[in-house]
Amino acid sequence: MTEILHALGRTGIGAFESLGRSALLFLYTWRGMGEVLTRPRLVLQQVYATGVLSLVIISVSGLFVGMVLGLQGYNTLVGFGAEEQLGVMVALSLVRELGPVVSALLFAGRAGSALTAEIGLMKATEQLAAMEMMAVDPLHRVIAPRLLGGIIALPLLASIFNTVGVWGGWLVGVGLLGVHDGSYWAHIETTVDLRDDVVNGLIKSVVFGVAVTWIAVFEGYDTVPTSEGISRSTTRTVVHASLAILALDFLLTALMFD
Amino acid sequence: MQKRNLELAVGIFVALGLGALLILALRVTDLGTTVGRDGYRVLAHFDNVGQLKPRAAVKVSGVTVGQVAEIYVDPETFDAVVVMRIDRRFNQLPLDTSAQIFTSGMLGEQYVALNPGGDETFLAEGDTITITQPALVLEQLIGQFMMGKAAGDE
Repeated sequence: MTEILHALGRTGIGAFESLGRSALLFLYTWRGMGEVLTRPRLVLQQVYATGVLSLVIISVSGLFVGMVLGLQGYNTLVGFGAEEQLGVMVALSLVRELGPVVSALLFAGRAGSALTAEIGLMKATEQLAAMEMMAVDPLHRVIAPRLLGGIIALPLLASIFNTVGVWGGWLVGVGLLGVHDGSYWAHIETTVDLRDDVVNGLIKSVVFGVAVTWIAVFEGYDTVPTSEGISRSTTRTVVHASLAILALDFLLTALMFD
Repeated sequence: MQKRNLELAVGIFVALGLGALLILALRVTDLGTTVGRDGYRVLAHFDNVGQLKPRAAVKVSGVTVGQVAEIYVDPETFDAVVVMRIDRRFNQLPLDTSAQIFTSGMLGEQYVALNPGGDETFLAEGDTITITQPALVLEQLIGQFMMGKAAGDE
């Protein structure tokens, strides 16, 4: 019985400790941001690794999500004779929710896991320790550019996702199912608002970008430096980042669209 | 060469992302539409505006000429005052133009329809349209229909 309580306590303390460590990592990393700005090439490389290389999966998923929305939305709306509103349904679902959330989930799987594995392997092969030996702070040299790169890349990816998605909905709705082209766009234009919808969606994806990259770099930096430890950390990144995205999304939606 | 390729790829990516955002801003929101953005303001008093909302369309013969800027209640008469912003291109609406609130389709949005009269002078900034017809409220309509039916039976 006491064994179970011991284990429970250990888990609890461990969770709080890693929370504290991740907060410290975030703090120290932000302190190194000034240093990063003098070497933009490091950030550029990370935007390439997380952003450019995620472009294909993001745009293809955006296209299919938009097309599915078009198909399902049409089937529902046609029952009310309101298929003119298809564009609004597709655009609002994408811009407000699906765009930021789905692109962040894909980003966590595609780029977040890669970040964790890379940093974890750096730790396991003692590259990070070697840097410290040379008086180079790995938090500034390795972690900070990756954090900044992820935060830059995700909002851009989400915008591409949204645009491709709206186009995908148009492709199915107007091209396949015969919704009127003009009313598809006109209803979108009159209903979707720049500040309330587009900017709020963008804010969401910035928040998700911070959360996902933070979790990814922390799990990598905090990994147990063995092959098993790295594999566990990589899994944890995807699981924790996905949960964080969904929980934050609920919170942000409740705050933004009351 | 490697460096230049990296820069190019990131440059294209950032341009694509910003371009997508721009398309969203211009194509998906009403930033791209110019009708009613700058124009002259015309007021109209309605007994009932129904479901009319700000940014609803103002139409003449079905063509959008402006949009509803704001709706408020007149503190003295308790009428609804609809402020419309009409595009400068349509600055030759006669002074005795009348306004009606219609619904586009069964479930569509409500809009203000203007019916030009025959006056020689034109509506200008701050003028009030005096001849208006309120929005049809379905409950009232049904109520009237039932009353009429009952009266007719006698």
